[in-house]
Amino acid sequence: MTPTDVLIQQLINGLTIGAYLALIALGYTMVYGIIELINFAHGDLFTFGFLISLTLFRFFGVEGTLYGFELVWLFSLILVLTMLLTGILNVVIDRIAYKPLRRAPRLAPLITAVGMSFALENIYANWYGPSQINYPDFFPRINIVTEWLGLDSPLLFTTQDLLLIGVTIPLMVLLRLFVQRTKLGKAMRASAQNASAAAIMGIDVERVIMVTFFIGGALAGAAGMIFGNFLHTGRYLMGFDAGLFAFTAAVFGGIGNIVGAMLGGFIIGFIKALSDQYLAAQWTRAVIFAILILVLVFRPQGLLGLGETEKA
Amino acid sequence: MKQGRFYPLLVLLTAMAVVFAACAPAQQAPAQEEAGQAQEGAAAGQEAAAPSAGENVIRIYTSWPLQGPMLPEGESMKRAVDLALKHYLDARDGQGPAGFTIEVVNLDDASPTTGSWDGTIEAENAQKCVNDPDCMVYFATYNSGAAKVSIPITNRAGMAQITPANTYPGLTKPWAEGEPDIYYPAGNRPTYFRTNAADDVQGWAGAAWARCLGYQRVYLLDDRQLYGKGVVDAFIQQAEKEGLELVGRDGVESTDIDFRSLLTKVKAANPDLVYGGFVIDSGGPQVIQQMAALGLFDQGIKFMGPDGLVNPALVEQVGGPEVANDNVLLTFPGLAPSQLTSPEGQKFFNDFIAEYGVEPSPWSTYAYQAMQVILDSIERAGTKDRGAILEAMRNTQDFQGITGVFSFDENGDPTLTALGGNIVRDGEIQYVGPISPDMYPDQCEAANPWQ
Repeated sequence: MTPTDVLIQQLINGLTIGAYLALIALGYTMVYGIIELINFAHGDLFTFGFLISLTLFRFFGVEGTLYGFELVWLFSLILVLTMLLTGILNVVIDRIAYKPLRRAPRLAPLITAVGMSFALENIYANWYGPSQINYPDFFPRINIVTEWLGLDSPLLFTTQDLLLIGVTIPLMVLLRLFVQRTKLGKAMRASAQNASAAAIMGIDVERVIMVTFFIGGALAGAAGMIFGNFLHTGRYLMGFDAGLFAFTAAVFGGIGNIVGAMLGGFIIGFIKALSDQYLAAQWTRAVIFAILILVLVFRPQGLLGLGETEKA
Repeated sequence: MKQGRFYPLLVLLTAMAVVFAACAPAQQAPAQEEAGQAQEGAAAGQEAAAPSAGENVIRIYTSWPLQGPMLPEGESMKRAVDLALKHYLDARDGQGPAGFTIEVVNLDDASPTTGSWDGTIEAENAQKCVNDPDCMVYFATYNSGAAKVSIPITNRAGMAQITPANTYPGLTKPWAEGEPDIYYPAGNRPTYFRTNAADDVQGWAGAAWARCLGYQRVYLLDDRQLYGKGVVDAFIQQAEKEGLELVGRDGVESTDIDFRSLLTKVKAANPDLVYGGFVIDSGGPQVIQQMAALGLFDQGIKFMGPDGLVNPALVEQVGGPEVANDNVLLTFPGLAPSQLTSPEGQKFFNDFIAEYGVEPSPWSTYAYQAMQVILDSIERAGTKDRGAILEAMRNTQDFQGITGVFSFDENGDPTLTALGGNIVRDGEIQYVGPISPDMYPDQCEAANPWQ
């Protein structure tokens, strides 16, 4: 591999890491935008998406790689079911752990969120065991660079990488359109700006919160399933790590800001890949968090945060 | 009140002792020992210090898990000890070492609630041996963590302790901060011995094996934990002697699971072997799986790792046989009974099956061999004295054990370190041949999986 090949390959890696981090980061930022809660259990919804989709593939009797028509309908069906179930789980978590504390001091739901995270992780450990879980190739894996483009290159960009990009980016665009163009999206924005004023104007804020949790959960579920199909490995604690980076991405981009979370996710993905390559893997986390600290010192609202005016 | 509460327990223990004594199978030597053990157990329950069994009796206390998930291993090691004593006596017409009668007392250091080793119980067991004037050698433990508890106790008592299985290097030599001296409060080292290799020897043997197999450029990865990093450090020491080129080293976060960017860097460095200091739950399976996904195996790069990855679940976790077959080499710090080539080793293996109807467990080799060392040390000491027997054990020279001829070095480690080289083939971890730090160039052939 020439140095240029290595750089291009690492940028591809960074893009794929960024794609799934961004999808998780959206859940953090949306919930924070509405009820100013850091939902620490959010990373574990990503794990849930991974585990439940694996269970669904087995439920539908899928043994090996899917092809053709079966691939299209079965894969889409399982993706929709995974998003639905993970979304519902997030709504249930809100009902159990956060809703009773809606008027409590902000620290209280933060603690229940941490508790919820531990509870979920231990449920997963009992469900699939504490070891590494192998997620088989349900989606065909073809190296696009050599097989489709016919290039003689050591670069690796497979159909599974394409799947990740092809699912996450449209989901982000759809979310953006939903928030900007629909009535419910407008209600979400209104509740984020000022919940009591929104309620006075006749917006059912509780319903908006429910929708927010549902969408955030569904996106994390999709991220979990796609992650499994392209990385093929995971374990009950995977959500903690992914959640930590996604949360960082959300803060980086400006917590509460949807485009900021996506941007933050991709930036962290690129930093991770480039730091692994040109520095050393053991420094990667230090680099990511050092940059986070610098951003917060010089631009506390994050890259795209609006600062004071946005707060209610 | 207190006496009243303990009275039923006393009755129960006595009753159990009687039942055990009555039910002991009608075999020659082992039967006597089991009866002795049951009486001993009852005695220990009644009094703090057991009464002397007589001038002519030497007791050896064993301590390792005999319940829970470790029961098959623990039971098998216990049987290997019995068999070693039987073979010893048979070879000498029933004459014990230095004329003494040997009694083996089997203690269990596992907690009934968790089923795994427990520091409190291990400390009690070691104390029982120290308090029994007839106990000359403490034969323990299975878990290195438990050994950290009992080594200081036997060290203070100035008596010999020998293990059938501990591989943690810090028990005998400098490893983590303060080791090994923190385990030897009375100084006077060594009072603790092992006949199997420690983990760091795996790194040395791994480097020698890599040279044997013709690898020249090695990339090192580890999980930055005590074990993983330590094994890789040892690999580097030996690799420099062997003249291997180390093309890079990285430590990973053990909770991370996406190593693609790191492995892209590894691929670009163009090694022919990746040595990974991991255990099964710290990223090793992901590294192997993603090496396959990124095409490193297709380029002919292989993976080598230590025994932390020797686990039947590994093949499934990395994505099945087609991923791992012929690509993953693993070292193991000892030889399983079926891998012994010496006549004594084969006699042990065959007699064990004849006696008990099952194959001995992996660590039974070292339970048997350590028992050989104990009996030999008592014979050479010639007297029933803890200090003399300890001194005799230290002076173990060119001893013919079932894994080969060895002496103890100044740390209590064996000079001969036979390890097993394994490869993943046909979807399982298969034994290839013995490996050792000084195998190059003469003993390469036996451990080449492609010949």
